[in-house]
Amino acid sequence: MLFTSYNFILFLIAVFALYYIIPGKYQWILLLAASFVFYSFSGWDNVAYITVTIIVTYLGAVRIGKLYRQQEEWLKENREKLSREEKKAFRERIKSRQKKCLVFCLLFDLGILAVLKYTNFVISNINSTARLFNAGEISFLDIALPLGISFYTFQAVGYLVDVYRGKYPPEENLGKFALFVSFFPQLVQGPISRFDDLGKQLYEGHDFDAKNVSLGIQRILWGFFKKLVIADRIMPVVRTITQDPDTYQGVFVLVGMVFYAVQLYADFTGGIDITIGIAEVLGIRLKENFERPFFSKSTAEYWRRWHITMGTWFRDYVFYPVSISNAMMKISKFSREKFGEKTGKKVPVYLSTVIVWFATGIWHGASWNFVVWGLLNCLVIIVSQELEPFYAWFHNRFNVRGKFLFKLFQVGRTFLLMSAIRILDVYRNVPVTFRMYASVFTKWNLKELFGGALLELGLSRADYFVLLFGIIIMITVSLVQRTGSVREKMYARHEAIRYAAYAGLFIAIIVFGAYGIGYDSNQFIYNQF
Amino acid sequence: MEALIKILEELHPDVDFRNEKALIDDKILDSFDIISLITEINEEYGVRIPVDEIVPENFNSAEAIYKLIQKLQDEE
Repeated sequence: MLFTSYNFILFLIAVFALYYIIPGKYQWILLLAASFVFYSFSGWDNVAYITVTIIVTYLGAVRIGKLYRQQEEWLKENREKLSREEKKAFRERIKSRQKKCLVFCLLFDLGILAVLKYTNFVISNINSTARLFNAGEISFLDIALPLGISFYTFQAVGYLVDVYRGKYPPEENLGKFALFVSFFPQLVQGPISRFDDLGKQLYEGHDFDAKNVSLGIQRILWGFFKKLVIADRIMPVVRTITQDPDTYQGVFVLVGMVFYAVQLYADFTGGIDITIGIAEVLGIRLKENFERPFFSKSTAEYWRRWHITMGTWFRDYVFYPVSISNAMMKISKFSREKFGEKTGKKVPVYLSTVIVWFATGIWHGASWNFVVWGLLNCLVIIVSQELEPFYAWFHNRFNVRGKFLFKLFQVGRTFLLMSAIRILDVYRNVPVTFRMYASVFTKWNLKELFGGALLELGLSRADYFVLLFGIIIMITVSLVQRTGSVREKMYARHEAIRYAAYAGLFIAIIVFGAYGIGYDSNQFIYNQF
Repeated sequence: MEALIKILEELHPDVDFRNEKALIDDKILDSFDIISLITEINEEYGVRIPVDEIVPENFNSAEAIYKLIQKLQDEE
């Protein structure tokens, strides 16, 4: 059941109505039931997978929590009798048992994800290698990736690790925990929430609040606008260009990059707007996942502002633990001795960065395109880190820091760089993508674009006008947003202006949304990751 | 404390670490800095900052970082 389908809208209306009719203490049960109904539309086998993840994670966390309690009670009872060393040894024994439990559950949860997501990728690589030696081939497994598995698995893993780290006690109620993992608005494309942020909000009752509901519905509409008016309309151009790389080279590759960047932004942020809007109607505040990423002045900044909850997840659960692990500390010591203080210091940080970006790439999809995409991002970040002394020299020499034109240059550069790397999502494979990169320089011919070529990419003149209108509105909203919530600002306006704006948005979606006969909108791009 | 301030100043010479109270919240220290800092602290003070202590409250000011180091030294 897609967010943009009629079924989903009916489903939402039913959930909203029931939610505020029933007493607050039962609201979480309704949300749990609604989440499983929503998920069952994607297939019962998927429900089985998520249920197994929920149960294993729940039991693991409860066990870890129980060990903690035992430890505290035992230490309290024997405080006087024990020496410092004995207490430390006891703590270490408990920690080791907790660790075994954690590792088992992590291997289980991530194992399901790995088997379902990467088996066919591994088989295809084995087959490619086997072909070199004229050996036989292995047939692919017939498995479909459960909807949202990458997101809910990460949420479950984050919870488990937090409980292990003693950040909060485990949730003892299986039903409540199941809701945290399966909460339907965020199940399919995030944001990836943390239990200490979302849990309590899900379980406490919420009274009907007209402002929340109104702001939530506006956010949902805004999401539909981005998805239907911009993302789905621009898509044919991206498809035409990237699926026929023999015809569309040079300047068209650049058009493809920029259009895909716009499509992905409108698609993903539109989906997240719908998610956050639905939660808001229910009185629940989810973490923001974007902070106007295309206004970033560097790649590192872009990644702090794009898909924020994924970035912080990788930082807290992969980057930090890897970079301060025993192994990395040893590497750090070794590299300092070997390469000197200055270079040696950087080795563990950069090595961890490579690991994180490899993981981020492969998380997005089981293909070499995503691995290369991750590593290219990593390369850009490391190169810009290494160029720091040059930047310092440059800013000393030329007084341009903070100047509008220079900032514009930085934003434009980051946008183009990120768009160029991101196009790896849609080209057939890595060699084709690199051939297309090269063609931008070798086959550049701006004249090709004019003389009607743009109108042969799947969009009419009217489509381009609608797109332009949509993009102008999207950019304007982003600009206004820099000084605070646009919806709050609208809320302060006179009712007549406010309702005219809402009606305008609604009509724009109906009139300008990309629909066709039997139209049921397109899959959100991030649902597939 | 002085050794810690020196480590921090090497990371960002332009920041007033004696008075700054929002090193994380104001995004002065990023994740690269945190890792460099933890490695340096390990070298200087001989304590390993465990991953569950990497929370904004422990890194927002030089004072908070120093308190964390002392706490970990006591536990050893």
